[in-house]
Amino acid sequence: MSATPFPAGPIQHCQGRAVVVPGDDIDTDRIIPARYLKCVTFDGLAEGVFADDRRERAGDHPFDRAGNQGAAILVVNRNFGCGSSREHAPQALMRWGIRAVIGESFAEIFFGNCLALGIPCLSADHDTVLAVQAAVAAHPGALLQLDLEPPQVTLQADGEALAWPLELAAGPRRMLVSGEWNGTAQLVAHDAELRATTGRLPYLAGFATA
Amino acid sequence: MSAGTLYDKVWELHRVADLPGGATQLFIGLHLIHEVTSPQAFAALDDLGLSVRHPERTVATVDHIVPTTSQARPFADPLAEEMLATLEANCARHGITLHGLGSGRQGIVHVIAPELGLTQPGMTVACGDSHTSTHGAFGAIAFGIGTSQVRDVLASQSLAMGKLKVRRIRVEGTLQSGVYAKDLVLHVIRTLGVKGGVGYAYEFAGPAIEALSMEERMTLCNMAIEGGARCGYVNPDAITFAYLKGRPHAPAGEAWERAVAWWSALASGPDAVFDDEVVFDAATIAPTVTWGITPGQAIGVDEAVPTLEQTDSDERPIAEEAYRYMDLRPGVPIEGLPVDVCFIGSCTNGRLSDLRAAAAVARGRQVAAGIKAFVVPGSEQVAAAAEAEGLDAVFREAGFEWREPGCSMCLAMNPDRLEGRQISASSSNRNFKGRQGSASGRTLLMSPAMVAAAAVSGHVADVRRLIATPSSPEPAPTPA
Repeated sequence: MSATPFPAGPIQHCQGRAVVVPGDDIDTDRIIPARYLKCVTFDGLAEGVFADDRRERAGDHPFDRAGNQGAAILVVNRNFGCGSSREHAPQALMRWGIRAVIGESFAEIFFGNCLALGIPCLSADHDTVLAVQAAVAAHPGALLQLDLEPPQVTLQADGEALAWPLELAAGPRRMLVSGEWNGTAQLVAHDAELRATTGRLPYLAGFATA
Repeated sequence: MSAGTLYDKVWELHRVADLPGGATQLFIGLHLIHEVTSPQAFAALDDLGLSVRHPERTVATVDHIVPTTSQARPFADPLAEEMLATLEANCARHGITLHGLGSGRQGIVHVIAPELGLTQPGMTVACGDSHTSTHGAFGAIAFGIGTSQVRDVLASQSLAMGKLKVRRIRVEGTLQSGVYAKDLVLHVIRTLGVKGGVGYAYEFAGPAIEALSMEERMTLCNMAIEGGARCGYVNPDAITFAYLKGRPHAPAGEAWERAVAWWSALASGPDAVFDDEVVFDAATIAPTVTWGITPGQAIGVDEAVPTLEQTDSDERPIAEEAYRYMDLRPGVPIEGLPVDVCFIGSCTNGRLSDLRAAAAVARGRQVAAGIKAFVVPGSEQVAAAAEAEGLDAVFREAGFEWREPGCSMCLAMNPDRLEGRQISASSSNRNFKGRQGSASGRTLLMSPAMVAAAAVSGHVADVRRLIATPSSPEPAPTPA
């Protein structure tokens, strides 16, 4: 379970060991089965992360292997986090200890939910992701250094550094690096602009005037 | 880059500000909440010392966790009871309207907002539920959000959003008898893939779309997200306006005329520019059934489970995983596959026209021996309307259970769930591993009429052979 504090403030780097969960189209029902959503806080979600997959694999799931305990960087494949919009999915990953995700692609709602928690989801092409996964497998316990500017991941092993470029769109990158990824205050601050917007939407007044 | 589409127009109308990170702050015209994804958002609002900016623009109901057998309070499940009690307390404290159990207006959030006339063309609609895309059927821009974003909408009635590209999905021709919007959308997802829509809004257009009823359009847009598109929409037209007229929250009198003029002007114009376009022929689509563990693993009922050779190379690993999980051999016809449970309901297919189509198949027939079959109306209004025309009796006489409204076995956050390796014929939207409440349970997605056909046959069956004439007329607005 997570020993490091949850993300806060500017996020420019992330360091830690990696855990690889292979497979395309891993949906949020698999990341956190619906029965764990019966809660009014996110506090206890770590125990439910990948619960059914882990039971099916009977101890051999990546999240159960001894060498992966304490890992901070999750490496996945394509369309990770598809399906339900449940923020419980990134919350469960975060409470287990994940602080960044690398993959070929992410479902949009999942990507946005991670961003709102300060968890960067960085992408790379198919071959790069496979290369990162292979390197992690070849160097168990190796430390990865993830940088956001420019986006890249570096694996330190056997006295050498293997590095791969990653992608993260400019908008989310700026939000993370500046620490403005949790932007409620920013939205609330634009109240005058909000009023101007509501003034041009006739449905807000029930189309009462022409 | 798209221009002149409904999506572009609605986006510009709701633009509040450009944010430093490059996102757009977008005003949210209608915010829908339920018991699962809102409690943490209200707690976060408290932590920030903020209040709800526009309580009159948020509407709540309870759907995911409600039992469909007895809805007496307190619920048998103390966690479910706590979630509903928390929603009730939050709504009372912040002045938010809650359509609760027994109000006559409770139901699945994506069923009740349209039937109350809350969802209207040209709105932005957000809800902490991915099937919020449903509301795009009205020509709204509607998308699912996470709990942090629910907090943001509560606090500011707005969201930080990136603009999507727009893909027009043009459907020519006419759907065959026995082929429904569910089959159409499964066919689209099968063709474009479950990630084909990532980064896009889907505009559904063309003669086959214009011919769909509002309820069918809701089914279609509901599953845009299963194709990766966070929102899908249909341009508003006379069918949209006819559906809305007379509903509790729809404008009336002179306001109605002004509304229709405003709504009509928002439709994508003849000069609209799309980022992409794909054309389908409705006439070629068969009743469609999923065989695997993603909604894209779908085939016509007259086809066989695809072999690896017939599968794109990058889709082969998940196909192999699906063969194992579903215990299905490649090359086996899907028709004739025995099922254990038949579920009719959900935000995809729990509306009156869905129940009518299923009842037309069930009428005068019997659920096959050993099969558990049940019908869960999408809302209290749907239940009342169905009972008023005797559909509950048709289902009961055929051996189906008739339940109380809720999300039920779509996602198993309530007592309705598969057990062990059971296989279900389901009118819901997701066939993910474990989705229906058993870690090894299996789901075949199909239209409600196809679920009824499976129930009376005991196995996957081609509904076209069981029906004489198509039947999905538009239900009239029901008094609230």
